[in-house]
Amino acid sequence: MKNTALTSTHEALGAKMVPFSGYNMPVQYEGVNIEHETVRNAVGVFDISHMGEFLIEGKHALELIQKVSSNDAFKLTIGKAQYSCLPNDDGGIIDDLIIYKIKEETYLLVVNASNIDKDWNWIQSKNSMGATMRNISEDYSLLAIQGPKAIEAMQSITSHDLSAIKFYNFVVDDFAGIDHVIISATGYTGSGGFEIYCKNSEVKQIWDKVFEAGANFGIKPIGLAARDTLRLEMGYCLYGNDINDSTSPIEAGLGWITKFTKEFTNSEALKTEKERGTDRKLIAFELDERGIPRHNYDIIDSNGNKIGIVTSGTMSPSLGKGIGLGYVPTVFSTIDSKINIQIRKKAVSATVVKLPFYKS
Amino acid sequence: MNIPSELKYTKDHEWIAINGDVATIGITDFAQSELGDIVYVEVETLDETLDADEIFGTVEAVKTVSDLFLPLSGEIIEFNEALEDEPESVNTDPYGTGWMIKVKISDVSQVERLMSSEDYKALIGA
Repeated sequence: MKNTALTSTHEALGAKMVPFSGYNMPVQYEGVNIEHETVRNAVGVFDISHMGEFLIEGKHALELIQKVSSNDAFKLTIGKAQYSCLPNDDGGIIDDLIIYKIKEETYLLVVNASNIDKDWNWIQSKNSMGATMRNISEDYSLLAIQGPKAIEAMQSITSHDLSAIKFYNFVVDDFAGIDHVIISATGYTGSGGFEIYCKNSEVKQIWDKVFEAGANFGIKPIGLAARDTLRLEMGYCLYGNDINDSTSPIEAGLGWITKFTKEFTNSEALKTEKERGTDRKLIAFELDERGIPRHNYDIIDSNGNKIGIVTSGTMSPSLGKGIGLGYVPTVFSTIDSKINIQIRKKAVSATVVKLPFYKS
Repeated sequence: MNIPSELKYTKDHEWIAINGDVATIGITDFAQSELGDIVYVEVETLDETLDADEIFGTVEAVKTVSDLFLPLSGEIIEFNEALEDEPESVNTDPYGTGWMIKVKISDVSQVERLMSSEDYKALIGA
């Protein structure tokens, strides 16, 4: 079990720690609901240093990235980030990731902790052009500072005008007394804010100064449990639940990051899929009655036939009702369609809705 | 950890208050703290007569679902409907407003097999 540079800090704060993707991670501090509300209404901080980071460099860097990723990284300029995925050869997804263009011929790829080795080996297997690859996952820490008050709360600890960083843009500047920190206007919550990349040796100082600066804004540490409810209210896919090696980006609703302006792994087949349409789709649904849908519960039609499976589900803290994502045949995927979720012995009625569940 | 001495307990982390042949049942302070924020309590067995150790309902926290086991055979005569709107009462007041069901006990001698507060303390290492 690996620790992040902040594990002892979380333990001292009384966090409940759980094993997650091989790391000892805080799942909650005070309680999921209060942490969720803190991010929706104020500002909260997540240690997500378990995430993986690869640097791809050299004159073939872009060529390699274009080959392995579904989005068009050619469109990236320095200071911009892009959500993308790594398709496999069989129609599925190796991982989803964010690609940063740090400078000319230098890109940072941020991948899921559980997929670090798989992604690394996959990208390396496609690196026939000889781009330089460095796995810096063990050396870098990542904090997500999220919420509507994030900009205001953090402005006192950086000389950079935080309000000027547009969504999915980043700067490398001073933060919490450390030079050359990546301040990225990205996140997995839908409530705005930043993700901060720094060296492991720097993260404790940053963590402490972030909490000092945020004290008057009600800042709190946030665990992985609230990270999951926050992302699910936005309908953001979680790798391993909603997308995996056998789900295609098209059926997962990730057509918007699948660009046929270039060739990439399995792009021919995906293009055909996009043109013809898929047999099944990832849908978002809300329960019409009380109950909580959960990962792997069956989705059934009005006759009781199984038509699909729930990939993520929870009680939405913001909406106060059961929400979920799941795959169903395309015929059931239109907005306002009625489906049922099998919860223990009961079929609970649900309605297909448009994302996001939570609108700020 | 709050473990009131006047209550009875089970290894499934339920508490039982006996009043004549009626038992009031909920989950312990330890159980609620392990589960975290409770978001739903489902009891679909109202008016049914069940044997001891049968499932009478489920309690759902944000991340987990746990079955609730009936500590004593009997008829489920009441469900705490206030939990439908305020399931968080199980977290904030597990032995009070967070009670879950009342049972008309079929065989009062079964009370003998329940754990004392001392036994329960030993079980959870409190």
